[in-house]
Amino acid sequence: MAETSGKVLPESIDGIIDLLSAEDYLAARPLATVLFLALRMGRPLFLEGEAGVGKTEVAKVLAKALDRPLIRLQCYEGLDVASAVYEWNYPAQMLEIRMAEASGVSDRSRLESDIFSERYLIRRPVLQAIQGEPGRAPVFLIDELDRTDEAFEAFLLEVLSDFQVTIPEFGTVKAAEPPIVIVTSNRTREVHDALKRRCLYHWVDYPSAADELAIIRRKVKGCNEQLSRQIVAYVQKLRTIDLFKNPGIAETIDWATALTELDRLALDPETIADTLGTLLKYQEDIARIQGSDGEKLLSEVKAELLAKAG
Amino acid sequence: METFGPHQASGRDGIVVPPPVQGDGRLADNVVHFARVLRKAGLKPGPGAVIDAIAAIDAIGIGSRIEFHAALSAVFVKRHEDQPVFDEAFSIFWRSRDLVGKMIALMSPVAAIGERQKPKAGGARVSDALFAEKQRASKPKEEPDVEIDARLTVSAQEVFRRLDFGQMTSTELREARRAIERLAMPRDLVQMRRYTLSPRGRGIDARATMRQSLRTGGDLMLPKFRVRRQQPPPLVVLADISGSMSQYTRIFLHFLHVLTERRRRVHTFLFGTRLTNVTRQLRHRDPDEAIAQCSEAVADWSGGTRIGETLKLFNRHWGRRVLGQGAVVLLITDGLERDEVELLSRETDRLHRSCRRLVWLNPLLRFSGFEARARGVLAMLPHVDELRSVHNLEALSDLVQSLSGAPDRDCDPRRYLGSGRSQS
Repeated sequence: MAETSGKVLPESIDGIIDLLSAEDYLAARPLATVLFLALRMGRPLFLEGEAGVGKTEVAKVLAKALDRPLIRLQCYEGLDVASAVYEWNYPAQMLEIRMAEASGVSDRSRLESDIFSERYLIRRPVLQAIQGEPGRAPVFLIDELDRTDEAFEAFLLEVLSDFQVTIPEFGTVKAAEPPIVIVTSNRTREVHDALKRRCLYHWVDYPSAADELAIIRRKVKGCNEQLSRQIVAYVQKLRTIDLFKNPGIAETIDWATALTELDRLALDPETIADTLGTLLKYQEDIARIQGSDGEKLLSEVKAELLAKAG
Repeated sequence: METFGPHQASGRDGIVVPPPVQGDGRLADNVVHFARVLRKAGLKPGPGAVIDAIAAIDAIGIGSRIEFHAALSAVFVKRHEDQPVFDEAFSIFWRSRDLVGKMIALMSPVAAIGERQKPKAGGARVSDALFAEKQRASKPKEEPDVEIDARLTVSAQEVFRRLDFGQMTSTELREARRAIERLAMPRDLVQMRRYTLSPRGRGIDARATMRQSLRTGGDLMLPKFRVRRQQPPPLVVLADISGSMSQYTRIFLHFLHVLTERRRRVHTFLFGTRLTNVTRQLRHRDPDEAIAQCSEAVADWSGGTRIGETLKLFNRHWGRRVLGQGAVVLLITDGLERDEVELLSRETDRLHRSCRRLVWLNPLLRFSGFEARARGVLAMLPHVDELRSVHNLEALSDLVQSLSGAPDRDCDPRRYLGSGRSQS
């Protein structure tokens, strides 16, 4: 469907994996499968998962890999049509009216069609995504949809199923070529079923130890091999104990970068205590790991790694 | 206008309806069957999802099992909670087709026995309506307890309003439920970030002003004003359904049912030894059916309580999802905790810090000599904004009033804290 634009869409699931991998994004097979399907079926993809597992990154990397513009709509409470879809350039319109007055134009309908023309239209993300550049449908990222309110969610229903918006003064604008839509949610509230029904759904999980190690190798250049192994084992272990907020991949990468910058070659209790802030974001979690729990955890991790090596 | 897309149907429309899968009719049949199994198991795949599933399988081709699983899951699962059910159904269904029949039977005991045998929840009301006169005649009316302040000056209506839910007869309970339906619901509004037009607004709405002025060709510019839109905040209810609380929770569920019907964003959780989200069940129109579905969803009705543990669960798994946008929390429990109270104190504190207002409804407060001496009560008190009773109609309507306006001074939890500490 989109052969004319950007790079050609991959023909297989392996194609997707290779495509993303070229941009240093390691996608697990299930994620690659749903991405492939979303592209093939022209459906929006709804990605849910804990913060920091790389949902937003998928869209960014996809845009880059396919050589298409990325249009991002960051959702927040109170997001309305004026800041999400379009707005008229009122000062310019006003000026136009005054000019018309001064030059004695009295044709009202011409004036109206003049000032409600494209010249005075300010395009916001949704309209940009639908219009696109000719022949290059963009990747449209609707980020953290759960932060907006139900009213906006309902508005999106038309956009996501028909890829069109209606501007009263102007008419309906329909996408010549539908954008590739990726919707993300952190599940801070339930998104309505009607919206989910229009999308393919995928829960993005924390990566396996092997995947996470591969990600660290790719993303954190110059991170010592032994250290990377310890970091990954430690983080994986952290996720199994009952924390208020588990560290995501983003946090693991931050941590590995921090430790590399500090020239550490192995984990030790002091280093962990000093840099825990990159990994954990709640005081109670930090207090807990800085206490006796943390040392126990570290010795367990080291013993496991030793057993694996031996 | 050239850059705007053509108005004819886009290429996408051709893809939604899949081409018939050639020579593989059985696969399509199986997918349809699988969707039915999922529906029995509690998921809600619509007919559209089946078409999507077939299109998806067609798109990926029959490859590895992982891909097949991912494709079907993307189409059929729309909530993370449904994933385990789907996984289980998937592993059984696509392993051997002989199991299908067994599985349908396994997952739907109701279907096997037949829908008719299950008594309709509304049935109780029908029989009530038909035979209420008889019951009223045969049942000796219980004397109201001494707790009620039945002075000669108060009318029968007022006596009723102060009658404890725990001591009401079934007729009186029915009456109480009717009264709850007539109760005015709280009008607590908070400002939203969105705007709405208003003649008394302060800010000028440029969009509306412009539109208006165009009616006169831009000659007359009358400013249009806007104000912040107002809307009730989310209301989250955590109700204890342990044995000691059961009489109160039932009637309170009726209150919640009315509330859920009349306002948006009401989330209800029931807890005993575990936590159950019954928000969806309470949305059922018929109150009896809704409450029947609630009790069906809850595995631990009238059992023990582990308040601290369940609050912890709530904070971890639901807090961030339902407490956004300045939620008000109603916590209904008697605070009689068996487990360690340190956990209870910590989790109540966290709950308090993540909502706008935490109101504790405690039916034990009906006893005039209530003192905060139980360890659980002492652990929770410092972290709540209000402590109220919920044992009769009057208390309920007080609650409604308090939710609409400022907190009531009489309900300051510190009052009990002082007396409780000094005497224990």
